[in-house]
Amino acid sequence: MKFVDEYRDPVLGKLLLAEIESLAGDDEFKFMEVCGGHTHAIYRHGIEQILPPGIELVHGPGCPVCVIPMGRIDDAIAVAETHGVILTTFGDMMRVPGSKSTLLEAKARGADVRMVYSPLDALELAVRTPEQQVVFLAVGFETTAPSTAVTVRNAKARHVENFSVFSNHVTIVPPLQAILDSPGLKLDGFIGPGHVSTVVGLAPFGLLSDRYRKPIVVSGFEPLDILHGIAMLLAQLRNGRCTVENQYSRAVATNGNRRALAAIEEVFELRPHFEWRGLGFIPHSGLRLNPAHAEFDAERRFEVPGIRIADPKACQCGEVLKGAIRPWECKVFGTACTPQTPIGTCMVSSEGACAAFYNYGRLSQRRGAIPVRSR
Amino acid sequence: MCVGVPAQVIELLEASTRQAVVEVSGVRRRVDVSLIVDDDGIGLSVGEWVLLHVGFAMSVIDEEDARRTLELLTLLGGDNEDFAEFSTTQPG
Ligand code: SF4
Repeated sequence: MKFVDEYRDPVLGKLLLAEIESLAGDDEFKFMEVCGGHTHAIYRHGIEQILPPGIELVHGPGCPVCVIPMGRIDDAIAVAETHGVILTTFGDMMRVPGSKSTLLEAKARGADVRMVYSPLDALELAVRTPEQQVVFLAVGFETTAPSTAVTVRNAKARHVENFSVFSNHVTIVPPLQAILDSPGLKLDGFIGPGHVSTVVGLAPFGLLSDRYRKPIVVSGFEPLDILHGIAMLLAQLRNGRCTVENQYSRAVATNGNRRALAAIEEVFELRPHFEWRGLGFIPHSGLRLNPAHAEFDAERRFEVPGIRIADPKACQCGEVLKGAIRPWECKVFGTACTPQTPIGTCMVSSEGACAAFYNYGRLSQRRGAIPVRSR
Repeated sequence: MCVGVPAQVIELLEASTRQAVVEVSGVRRRVDVSLIVDDDGIGLSVGEWVLLHVGFAMSVIDEEDARRTLELLTLLGGDNEDFAEFSTTQPG
């Protein structure tokens, strides 16, 4: 228990840990943390090292940059290389490898690719440069989709004709369902995503507890939140309950954020299928602009190759995203694939499991509990 | 991208724009608050803390929680992209 001293409230940390230990006993449990933010916090604070050895945490598909397939990056590059286009996106997306290059490399070759903090910045850029076409490459779960939706709504209200969105927005429950449907991985429950839930609330996760009989506890991002979430999961399992619970009630309302949900509803519609890196096509898991906002859809405005590219052979991101292997078990981890030269997406974003382990793994290694592939 | 940054509301701009000026560690920026306020601007006041995600306030959080999260982000320095992008990119 010694490392709990670093936590903000070591007394509470020790109490929670004692509770976890008594609930877990000598049994084995495998919990998936859905959100990349949790993965990051778990490695950064060495949470696995202080848990009883029977509790294993596996990482889920909740890093939006990590799940983008290569073909979509190729499509974005094709749009960026269209004459008169400025392609805007979040910083993380610039370094995601496509089949031939990244957006950053396309920029070096002369394409006008710019990093923005917010989709609203992309819209303002369009207003300022009416002679150019400004495309916003959008990624993210329901946390980010409302921001894109409000931006499109503003573009429509202001009649900004040179602005469009290349949507790669995805929804959180279908990939979890796909993971539970795929054979092999035995999970006992989920640490639910904190910020996605501020938008969607608790209801969508009912599918996991009702149909799949997996408890889920939506949790915050502090070490104590995560420990508390794990204790709540164990308590459900020990008491024979299986439901959706909210550890993060200080930010997450049971019904989510109705304005944000309404904005998504107003602007987007579900695609029949969307491809996820490593997980393949998942039905009703991606969002595109609906017919009423089709004029802002970059996929209609520009030639998009739309070619499906298989993941590189060496890359095991799919297995990492499904929780089937841990980052250090990938054959190229830390050798051919590093944050400086990522082969796979999980190494690009700091929320990706591979980058999180690479950056904080040394800390964990010193604590001695995580096996590291010898190299 | 997922974690978000706590920010304090400094000024509410005209209700029609549903924007506010917020501050994170001394850096001020105009953000969209339409996802947490009503059309008449009710639901948010100056001095309150919000959780900010890609330029949008997503929920009102209490001050204590905001300070703790912020402290953590600052302590840990440059590894939070949201925080870095808020501070370094130019508003549109
Ligand atoms: S080490 Fe690289 S290639 Fe392997 S799973 Fe991680 S990101 Fe993908």
